[in-house]
Amino acid sequence: MAIIDPRHAAKQVVYERIFRNCTLVAALLVLLILGGVAVSLVHGAWPALRHFGFGFVIQEVWNPVTEEFGALAPIYGTLVTSLIAMALAVPAAFGIALFLTELCPPVLKRPIGVAVELLAAVPSIIFGIWGLFELAPLLQRYVEPWLIKHAHSVPGIHELFKGPPYGIGILTAGIVLAIMVLPFIAATMRDVFDTVPVMLKESGYGLGATTWEVIWNVVVPHSRVGVVGGIMLGLGRALGETMAVTFVIGNAHRISTSLLAPGTTISSSIANEFTEAVGDLYTSSLIALGLILFILTFAVIALAQLMLRRLERRVAA
Amino acid sequence: MNRRTLRKAKNVAFLVLSLLATLTGLVCLGAILWTLLSHGLAGMSTHVFTQMTPPPGSEGGLLNAIYGSAVMTLLGILIGAPIGVLAGTYLAEYGRHSRLCVIVRFINDVLLSAPSIIIGLFIYQIVVVRMGHFSALAGALALAVLAIPVTLRTTEDMLNLVPSGMKDASAALGAYTWRTIISVLYPAARSGIVTGLLLAIARISGETAPLLFTALNNQFWSTQLNAPMANLPVVIFQFALSPYKEWQDLAWSGALIITLSILVLSVSARIVLALMQSDRGLR
Amino acid sequence: MKLMCRLMISAVTAACLVGTAAAEISGAGATFPYPIYAKWADAYKKLTGVGLNYQSIGSGGGIKQIEANTVTFGASDMPLKPDALKTAGLLQFPMIIGGVVPVVNIKGIAPGQLELDGATIASIYLGEITSWDDPKIKRLNPKLALPATDIAPVYRSDGSGTNFLFTDYLSKASPKFKSTVGANSSVQWPVGIGAKGNEGVANMTTQTDGAIGYVEYAYAKQNKMAYAELINKAGKPVQPSAESFQAAAASADWTHADSYYLILTDQDGPKSWPITGASFILVHKDPSDAAAVDAALKFFAWALKDGGAMAAELDYVPLPAPLVAQVEATWKAGIISAGHPVWTGK
Repeated sequence: MAIIDPRHAAKQVVYERIFRNCTLVAALLVLLILGGVAVSLVHGAWPALRHFGFGFVIQEVWNPVTEEFGALAPIYGTLVTSLIAMALAVPAAFGIALFLTELCPPVLKRPIGVAVELLAAVPSIIFGIWGLFELAPLLQRYVEPWLIKHAHSVPGIHELFKGPPYGIGILTAGIVLAIMVLPFIAATMRDVFDTVPVMLKESGYGLGATTWEVIWNVVVPHSRVGVVGGIMLGLGRALGETMAVTFVIGNAHRISTSLLAPGTTISSSIANEFTEAVGDLYTSSLIALGLILFILTFAVIALAQLMLRRLERRVAA
Repeated sequence: MNRRTLRKAKNVAFLVLSLLATLTGLVCLGAILWTLLSHGLAGMSTHVFTQMTPPPGSEGGLLNAIYGSAVMTLLGILIGAPIGVLAGTYLAEYGRHSRLCVIVRFINDVLLSAPSIIIGLFIYQIVVVRMGHFSALAGALALAVLAIPVTLRTTEDMLNLVPSGMKDASAALGAYTWRTIISVLYPAARSGIVTGLLLAIARISGETAPLLFTALNNQFWSTQLNAPMANLPVVIFQFALSPYKEWQDLAWSGALIITLSILVLSVSARIVLALMQSDRGLR
Repeated sequence: MKLMCRLMISAVTAACLVGTAAAEISGAGATFPYPIYAKWADAYKKLTGVGLNYQSIGSGGGIKQIEANTVTFGASDMPLKPDALKTAGLLQFPMIIGGVVPVVNIKGIAPGQLELDGATIASIYLGEITSWDDPKIKRLNPKLALPATDIAPVYRSDGSGTNFLFTDYLSKASPKFKSTVGANSSVQWPVGIGAKGNEGVANMTTQTDGAIGYVEYAYAKQNKMAYAELINKAGKPVQPSAESFQAAAASADWTHADSYYLILTDQDGPKSWPITGASFILVHKDPSDAAAVDAALKFFAWALKDGGAMAAELDYVPLPAPLVAQVEATWKAGIISAGHPVWTGK
């Protein structure tokens, strides 16, 4: 009885090598793709970077006629809209995670959790048109005039809410982004809150702490790393979002202190102007914007991944 | 007010706020779905599925856009999913904790969250400019690049969930690793990998930015991969921003179609995964 | 399951491999003529089965794509200067004439009621006039009840020939505008909101209370927007219409224009609409795909000959017959592939 036929064994070895190499090539392809993206971005951005130098990042001007380009307005818009989005989404996500882990009756936990996650599945262009057709008129007619009127008397805040109520602008874009990243942060926070050992929470309750005190003083410190990691992931998403923002940002290459003014972000500038940028310097400047965005999101994601991994290692141990 | 009452009040206050936050999230979801349904259904009728996109001011449908989206999504998955699954297999079974795998996992997470417009720019430069024209193939490639990270992540996670006992048993019977993977692990992790595919399809079918400079758009019916092809997201983008009533109605109908398909896919992915996990629980 | 997958894959592959029987021409560019190009393409397809896929991505986009040779022809409302054409190896010719109209969204103002002039509009877009009840606007409209709403200027955020025509007119009307902003397809606007395409501007203006924008006349007419009357170079108020566009085009001398480089804004004549312009087509002088260019030229010839009625419906002005003959002669002489002319005169 030939249990191990030498020819059969030889074939198996060959198959093994082929399969292993296929999977290895696939894994290397992932590296290659990212490398390719980085290289093509740098290659495309080079003419603009060489021409403007570091000044590209700090100039506000964006004049296709005189071919002077500066990334300051898009960078400002990207950062401010993401900041507004985070400021609105993080407390809300925290509230949702808190509700789902502590307050929610078990029978509702699944459906509400799924409903919040479904928000993440809605394509971004839907947020864009919803923002333009439903949210913007609402803001233009009711919210923004109210803000302008009441901020008028308060010094300092007055600068933030100045100007005609367009309904679209940096604030609207920030709000739409907040709704978009909310489910990601809420889901991460909820998962991370769920990993806190019940024993720790019970000890807190045993000592007479209220629910809120247990959350704030036991659960949050324990899952601190994961919470921050989740926030960073949401931030990375907000920075790169294109379609939702393009509809409601107003497309103005200008920086103004007022949040009600139109502005632009890096991704919406590229989406709006790339197909029609005539001239090498213009195209190159847009690709340079893309490079800046890539570096920005890379840094944020890298930081988030490091933090999430630290948490995983700690939980596993 | 003594300290205890203050603590109790704070407790109630924050819990009420958390309830409000949840309600806000649900209200937003409800508002968006309501808008989609009311506008989308109003314009929906059979001609949306039987006629082509019309010139401004005329009646028409979305057939070429639906077909284009379906073809490019399918092609994107056909190209991207095998790469993702194979790479995930390498990470889970062969490399595991080697330096290469740590780097690939990290790079994969970067690609997963990278702005899709950057991917579109990348494909524009290496495919569209080289070929000399926009094409559905370029669009499919851009979608494939977006599908790879999703499938890689889920494949690796699902393969890691398979009990090591099964691998050991297979090895004890004399099977090489490739045989174990194909005959034991893939069937065991099948539902998880399919979940990954469904999630990837859901992700790429809603993407607009990468198709803007790759597949462009097409007014007419086209089945050529070598030419621009209509697709739902770009059509919605163009029609929604227009001042023509018929176009706006079609944009909403298209938005409804995309959202419903993606929601159905996401929910089915969840159901499949839950089935798999409960199945595992019975063992 | 496996069989189903295999069947599905083979079905899709088969579907993909089956190309369309008829040829397809691709073009990209200006949104200004998009309504009429789309209408012509639809009619031409019904007539001959040849599909013309035109994507209105903006004049800047059209120029870029034809230079990169990713489309059969490009369309631009801003004519390229003769040296730019020579460098890129392109041939340029006019296709259709139309007008850009300022549109407003003010409560209680009907189409054609508001009267403005170039200097006032320039001031609005420079941010000098910020409210509709400003005395400068009141002076031009003594009988109109203008509310105290803030003005929201809307401009084109993408590179556009419509932009070029509008800024060219404003530069001619206001030296300050010329030095601050200038005339080009894409400029740096000091105030206002940007919207994409003629469609976007029309949309944004209709959505925002107190807005002023500028769109190609077909968009304003089709959407029943409130356009404004303008005071032209001769000092007479004119309404936008095919007649006023034609009046502006009538005085144009095409025979002496090098490469048809002619800008029709702010023309003389009591009936001339001040923001009139022609929309141009760009093709390669030595095309890589001669068959596609030939098919495109056949389409253009048909449109120039038989498309006049459709154009008039949308209030565009078709090219006068002598100009059509001149254009066709340019095709014959100018587009050469492998030694012989591509256009054989049908």
